[in-house]
Amino acid sequence: MITKLTHAPVLVLDQQSAYDFYVNKLGFRVKLDLPMPEDGRWLTVYPPDQPDFEIILAPVSRSFHTKETTEMLRKLIAEGTFGCGVFTCKDIFATYEELKAKGVEFSKAPTKEFYGTEAIFKDDSGNWFSLAQLL
Amino acid sequence: MTTEQYPKVYLYKRIVQAKLFIDNNYDKNIDLDNISDEAYFSKFHFIRLFKSAYGKTPHQYLTTIRIDKAKQMFQSGNTVSFTCNSLGFESLGSFSRLFKQYVGISPSNYLGQQKEIKRQSKVLPLKFIPTCFARNYGWSK
Repeated sequence: MITKLTHAPVLVLDQQSAYDFYVNKLGFRVKLDLPMPEDGRWLTVYPPDQPDFEIILAPVSRSFHTKETTEMLRKLIAEGTFGCGVFTCKDIFATYEELKAKGVEFSKAPTKEFYGTEAIFKDDSGNWFSLAQLL
Repeated sequence: MTTEQYPKVYLYKRIVQAKLFIDNNYDKNIDLDNISDEAYFSKFHFIRLFKSAYGKTPHQYLTTIRIDKAKQMFQSGNTVSFTCNSLGFESLGSFSRLFKQYVGISPSNYLGQQKEIKRQSKVLPLKFIPTCFARNYGWSK
């Protein structure tokens, strides 16, 4: 019986830029930041209240895809093709105002939905996420 | 939808301003008066609104930020006394007590753990990575 999800990758265009976005703008904590073989870097972060769930900030260029696939992936990510998940918060209006003040780009301001209030933002690569205050 | 469509947007902006003030000045000798002044609120009103938005009082939030920064400094190999002094704690004793309360172990034990992780990551980096990812990145066969 599967009981938990502990790691999930988010493909990013630039790992250092992603570090700045997820840590300094979103306020996530670094779980592991370790040098790896072949100039690699294993970088995982987590939302402050969820230390047992690691988001792997995975540079698309380090994947094992072909050059063509890698270029296609970079283009798709930058175009905002991928929705990567839902983050929740205690107060969406305060969180929305804070992230906007830090320069985070929203494509949808907080709006009432059936399940709560939701906004949508993009990370520095182009991946989008829901930000929700659930009912 | 614009931000003006939800109620009391000016209150949210002021609360956020206060939170960012804490984020940017956690290592200084700030107290509630500084923070509530920053938000143009009375102290009581400010504490109530801040807790409603973030689930913690401003003082609890400031302590959380300082403890998180302490963990980061230990991860970078800084000593306990240097970390304590850099983060605006009143004394090594109060820092150690708070750190243990929030993290569950003492600062020196946490620092030791981080040093061990660093040592092991140099000797056996793949110990920390799920195999499926290590394979994908070409770090293991």
